[in-house]
Amino acid sequence: MNVTLRVWRQANGRAKGKMAIYRVNDISEDMSFLEMLDVLNERLTLQGDDPIAFDSDCREGICGMCGLVINGVAHGPQQTTTCQLHMRSFSDGDVIDVEPWRADPFPVIKDLVVDRSAFDRIIQAGGYISAPTGTAPDAHATPVPKRDADRAFDAATCISCGACVAACPNGSAMLFTAAKITHLGLLPQGQPERYSRVVGMVAQHDAEGFGGCTNIGECTAVCPKAIPFETISRLNRDLISALTHGGSHWPRAAPKGETEVDEED
Amino acid sequence: MAVTGLILIGYLLAHMYGNLKIFAGAEAFNEYAHHLRALGEPLLPHTGALWIIRVVLLISVLGHMYAAFNLWSRAHKARGGTRRYYSHKSRTGVQRTYASFTLRWGGVVILLFVIYHLLHLTWNIIHPGGAAAEPYDRVVNGFQIWSVVLAYTIAMIAVGFHVRHGTWSALTTLGANTSSLARRRLNVLAYAVAGLVTVGFLLPPFAILFGFVS
Repeated sequence: MNVTLRVWRQANGRAKGKMAIYRVNDISEDMSFLEMLDVLNERLTLQGDDPIAFDSDCREGICGMCGLVINGVAHGPQQTTTCQLHMRSFSDGDVIDVEPWRADPFPVIKDLVVDRSAFDRIIQAGGYISAPTGTAPDAHATPVPKRDADRAFDAATCISCGACVAACPNGSAMLFTAAKITHLGLLPQGQPERYSRVVGMVAQHDAEGFGGCTNIGECTAVCPKAIPFETISRLNRDLISALTHGGSHWPRAAPKGETEVDEED
Repeated sequence: MAVTGLILIGYLLAHMYGNLKIFAGAEAFNEYAHHLRALGEPLLPHTGALWIIRVVLLISVLGHMYAAFNLWSRAHKARGGTRRYYSHKSRTGVQRTYASFTLRWGGVVILLFVIYHLLHLTWNIIHPGGAAAEPYDRVVNGFQIWSVVLAYTIAMIAVGFHVRHGTWSALTTLGANTSSLARRRLNVLAYAVAGLVTVGFLLPPFAILFGFVS
């Protein structure tokens, strides 16, 4: 099949970008979207042109690296990662628009690659548990109800791809933040830091420049891992509890752009 | 946003109940309007309860507007300006409701309407259809004019959309969306409240326009 691509090209973060048009001929409908881009890039390289920069890693839908806005929808017409989107989802002769995630906290590095380290700083602000190291505890030492384990796992499947932000009309990362709050807050291991976690992560989320959630739900419609909408209400409940019972000891947001690096690494 | 919004929805429902008194006749309607001023007496002074309600409403409206402006400016910055995606193939989003599109500009429409409405029926500064001393006569005079009914209809449809997304969103923000079943129920509730408010407020004007109430 033959398609025409309109692709966002931007040399670096400071350069002004624009949409460029490419014809891609004789591709198999069983190719993934990224493989189709690989074919185009091979041709561009042979022609001596700059290949299109895009992120990818595992190419099996579990790492969260690939992420493109295809025809205005994060990850394109199927609710999956871009690497798991196949060309059979398009028709011969289609014109396909390909753009990077657009959000102020996700600056473009080059072409379709954006910097998502804002997510790392949100996780650093509370998306962890403190546990004593040493020998692993017995598997049954801490019982977890099956229902809680299932719901925690549903939230834990978030791969931090950022599609929620790319799709949100407010540019909010609330679904990403709420997934981690829900994942850890439902499990006994997450209880000691449950309330400082929600305050710290939401403060960092806001400090990074993400917008506020207005419950429109576009995030859940594009999430490749189908993180449930109710995680956001759970975050709000924890936040209300924390703020009504809280004090001056709650964590504050780290300055934007400063990622703490452990010096022993 | 959520708390002030729910206060305003509560007020809308009480206001709508008062409006429907018009079907009980001029005496009942005027009596109700006068009783609002005497509400809470003798514990409160004359019009005391009314002033408490007015102050709460004013604080709610200002708080609601502040929160709305704050959310809008954060969203504007986070999206990186007005133009986000060059592709126009997904303008209506993937699954978002029409009501969610109308929230911000719909809110501006409602604000302008509220100013007009206060000038018309509360302060009686403008009086289409002729001035009158009694509330019942003011209402009947005003709504015999089709353009006034049209203005109120447009405003009430805007309110309906606003309340549809607002009810759902406020309750979700306060933590009520706890499962997919809860989400379905909240959406049904939001449609029900929006429908009730829109129809309930539009019944008196149309009844007057078509001569069922005079």
